[in-house]
Amino acid sequence: MASPQQQQSLKDSVTDTNETLVPPKVDSGLKLTARNVNFYYGAFQALHGISLDIPTNKVTAFIGPSGCGKSTFLRTMNRMNETVRNTRVEGEVKLDSEDLFSMDVTDVRRRIGMVFQKSNPFPKTIFDNVAYGLRVNGIKKSSILSEAVERSLTHAALWNEVKDKLTKPASALSGGQQQRLCIARALAVEPEVLLLDEPCSALDPIATLKIEELLFQIKDITTIVIVTHNMQQAARLADFTGFFLMGKLIEIDVTKKIFQNPGMKETEDYVTGRFG
Amino acid sequence: MMMEISATRRFVNGFMLTLSGLCTVLVVSVLFFILGYLLIHGAASLNWDFFTKLPKPSGETGGGMANAIVGSGKVLFLASLIGVPIGFLTGVFLAEYSGKTFAFLIRYVVDLLNGVPSIVIGIVAYALVVKPMRHYSALAGGVALGIMMIPIAVRTTEEFLRAVPNSLREGAMALGATKATTIFTVVIPAAISGLASGMMLNLARVAGETAPLIFTALGNQFWSAGWMAPIATLPVMIYNYAISPEEDLHQQAWAAGFVLLSLVLIINVTARLIISRGPAAQRR
Amino acid sequence: MATTTPSYIAETLKRRTSRGFLARLRGGDEISYLITLICTVSILLIVGLIVFELWSNSHQTFKTFGFSFLKSSAWDPNADKYGALPFIYGTCVTAFLGMIIAVPLGVAAAIFLAEMAPPKLSNFLTFLIELLAAVPSVIYGLIGIFILVPFLKTYVVPPLQHAFGFLPIFAGSFYGLSLFSAGIVLSVMVAPFIISVSREVLMAVPVEQREAALALGATKWETTWDIVLPNASTGIFGSIFLALARALGETMAVTMVVGNAPKISASLLSPGYSIAAVIANEFAEASGDLYISSLIFMALVLFGLTIVINAVARIFIMTTQQRGA
Repeated sequence: MASPQQQQSLKDSVTDTNETLVPPKVDSGLKLTARNVNFYYGAFQALHGISLDIPTNKVTAFIGPSGCGKSTFLRTMNRMNETVRNTRVEGEVKLDSEDLFSMDVTDVRRRIGMVFQKSNPFPKTIFDNVAYGLRVNGIKKSSILSEAVERSLTHAALWNEVKDKLTKPASALSGGQQQRLCIARALAVEPEVLLLDEPCSALDPIATLKIEELLFQIKDITTIVIVTHNMQQAARLADFTGFFLMGKLIEIDVTKKIFQNPGMKETEDYVTGRFG
Repeated sequence: MMMEISATRRFVNGFMLTLSGLCTVLVVSVLFFILGYLLIHGAASLNWDFFTKLPKPSGETGGGMANAIVGSGKVLFLASLIGVPIGFLTGVFLAEYSGKTFAFLIRYVVDLLNGVPSIVIGIVAYALVVKPMRHYSALAGGVALGIMMIPIAVRTTEEFLRAVPNSLREGAMALGATKATTIFTVVIPAAISGLASGMMLNLARVAGETAPLIFTALGNQFWSAGWMAPIATLPVMIYNYAISPEEDLHQQAWAAGFVLLSLVLIINVTARLIISRGPAAQRR
Repeated sequence: MATTTPSYIAETLKRRTSRGFLARLRGGDEISYLITLICTVSILLIVGLIVFELWSNSHQTFKTFGFSFLKSSAWDPNADKYGALPFIYGTCVTAFLGMIIAVPLGVAAAIFLAEMAPPKLSNFLTFLIELLAAVPSVIYGLIGIFILVPFLKTYVVPPLQHAFGFLPIFAGSFYGLSLFSAGIVLSVMVAPFIISVSREVLMAVPVEQREAALALGATKWETTWDIVLPNASTGIFGSIFLALARALGETMAVTMVVGNAPKISASLLSPGYSIAAVIANEFAEASGDLYISSLIFMALVLFGLTIVINAVARIFIMTTQQRGA
C-alpha cells in the first residue's frame, strides 16, 4: 500500500496529466471542477477532500460500494444537500469558472438538473410534469411549452409512447416510463449538466437499456454525471469513471483504464469484485 | 404432564370478550337511536314550508326556518374566512418551515385552544365584537366559530402536508423551483383531497355549535341583512324551540334537528371516505 | 449548452440568471415564510387575547368578592349577589357522573375494538363511533329532553329509587330535569372520545409484547389485562382527562336537561346547574356589570380548569406515543 503522500500524488497525477485523459476537443472543456470538497452531516464527515473535473458533453460515472459518498457528492453538485438540516460543505466547486456556492441556488439547480433513484413524477398530467420546470422559471407561452415538451420527451425516448396521452396523469405510466418522464422533465429546462443518481436501480433490464440508450444520445446536448452501483453500466456508458471509497475519491480516469488497468489497488479490488 | 387451560380462565376470557363487545354495541347503538328518533319525529314534520318560510310569531302555528338555514350559511361563511386562512397557513408553516421545538410549542398551544369550551370562545367573541359594537351580529358569531375552526385546520393541514413524500419536493427543487413555489405548486396540490376533506369536517363540526352563537349572533325572527345584525342560525333555533312550551315548536325543533344532523353526518361520511381512500392513508 | 445553438429557452433562462432583490422577492420564499409565520404567531396572540379578555372582564367580580366568590352559594341577580359554588358543584357532579359511566364503558369498548374484534369490524365500528362524536351537542340535548328524560322517569328512576332510595344521592322526587339526567347525557357524549383515543393507544402497544404473553399460554383476555393495558395505561389516562375536560365544558346538552336551578343538593335526582349552562342561559339577558362580570369570572374558572386538564392529558398521551414509537 502506497503511503498517503504517494497516494495523494498519484491522485493528482491522475486528474491533472494529459496523457491519461483524452485530450479535450476544441469546443469541449471542463464543465464542473471540484477542489478539496469536504462535506459534513452534523459532526460526521462524509466527504474528504474530493477534487475532480467533469468534462463537458461527456458521461462521467461515479462507482463505489454502498455508503462510499458518491451520491452525497453528486448532491453537492446541485446543492441539494442544502435542503437537509445540519449539513456543511467546504471547498470549491466551479461551474464554467463560476463559483457554485456564490450563485443563486435556484439558478444552480436550473442549470444542473437531477434525476433521482426512484422516479418521482408529480401528481399532475404528463404534459404538466415536463412543463413544470419551464413554467416555474417564467416561460408560460403555450406554443413554446408544447414545443419544449415534445423536444424533451423525444430526447428521453418517450415521445412516441405518450404523444397521444399528454393530458393523462403521469401516475398511469409504468416505472420505466415514469423515470424517462423524469428525465424529460429535467431536460426541459435545458440544463448544462444532468446528474443521475442510480436512475435504473429500481428498473428491469429492458427499461434500464432504454435509459442507457437515451443517455448515450443526449450527451451531445448536456454533460452527464451518473452514479451507479452497476459496474457494467459504467463500462458501457461512461467516458470517464471515478471510484469512491469511504468518502474519498480514490481514482478518476478514462473508463477503460479504470476497469482494465486501474492505478490504485482499492480500485482494482473493487472492479474485480473482491468487495462491494 | 400437560396442563390444560382451566375452565375458569376460559370462562373469564369468553365472558370478558362478550362484555366488552356488549359495551361497544351499546355505544354504537346510541348512534342508531339518535338517527332513529330524529327520523321518526323530525322527518315527519319536514315540509316545504320549513325550508322557505320565516318563523311565525309566538302562539301561531306553522312557519319555517328559512332564515335560520341561510343564517347558518352566512355565519359559517364568515367563520371560514377567518379560521381557514389562519389555520391553513399555520399548518403550512409547521409542515414546511418550522424548526422542531417551535413546532412542538405551537402544536401544543393549538391543542389547548381546541380544548377550550365553546361557550368560553363565545364570551371572548362577545367581549371582542359585541361589546364594542353594542349589538349582536353575524360578524360576532363568525368570529367565534372562526376561532373554533383554527385548531382543526392547523392539524389537518400539517398532517396532510407531511404525508406528501419528500421525493416530490426534491424533484421540484432540483428543477430550480424555490421552496415557496414547490410548496404551492407541488406539495399542496398533492395533498389537496385530504386538505379539502379536512376542511369539510371542520365546517361540519362548527356548523352544529350552538353555545358560542347564543350571545354573539343571538337570533332573529326575520331575515337578517348584511353582517352587522343579529342573525338566526339553525342550532340556536333548535335550542330555543326545544325549550319553549309550545308543542308545534317542538315539532319544528325535531325537523331542524333532523336537517342539521343529516347535513353533519353526510359531510362527515363523505369526507372520511375521501380521506380513507386518499394518498395519506395509503402511506400508513 | 455548449455545443448547440442557443434556443429561446436557454436565452430566457440565462437572462433570469441575474437575481436582483426584486427577482428573489418574486421567487416568494421570504414572503411565504413571513406570511405563514405571521399566521402562526397570531394564534399565540389569539390565545393571549382570550386570557386577557376573560381576565379583564371578570375583574369587577374579583374585586368585589375576591376568592370567596368561588365558595359562596348566594346567587341572586336581583339583589346583585353572586356566588359560584352551585355551578361549580353542578359542573363537577355532572361531569363526575358522566365519567363514572363513560370510563368503564369506553375502555371496555376500546379493548374490544383494539384487541378482540377482527380488523374490518373494528374499523367499521370505530367509524360509527367517530360519527357519534360528530353529533352536535344540541341534538344530544334534543334527544335528552324529549326521549331520555321521560325514559328515565318511567323506567330507570323508579327501580333505582326502589333499590337505592335510602342513599342520599337518590333521595327526593324526580321531575326529569336533574343532575342525574345531565350526567347520563354527558356519559354518552364523552364515551366516543375515550374510545377512539384509548383504542389508538392500545393498538400502539407493540405486537411483541402481546406475542410474548400469548406464547407463554396466556389467554387473549389475560394478555390484554396484564400486559397490554398496563402498557397503554398512561395514554388511557390521557384520554380520560381529555374526556373530563370535554364534560366540564359541555354546554347545550347539559343546559337542556339539568333543570337550571342554582342550588346545591345531595340528591342527584334534583335539578342543578353548571357553569356552562348558567352562562348559556343567563348571559344574553344579564344586565349590570357585576352580573356579567360574575358570569365571565366563572368562564375564566372553567377556562383555567379545562386548560390545565387538557395540558396534563396531552402530556400523558405524548408519553405513550414516545414509548410506543
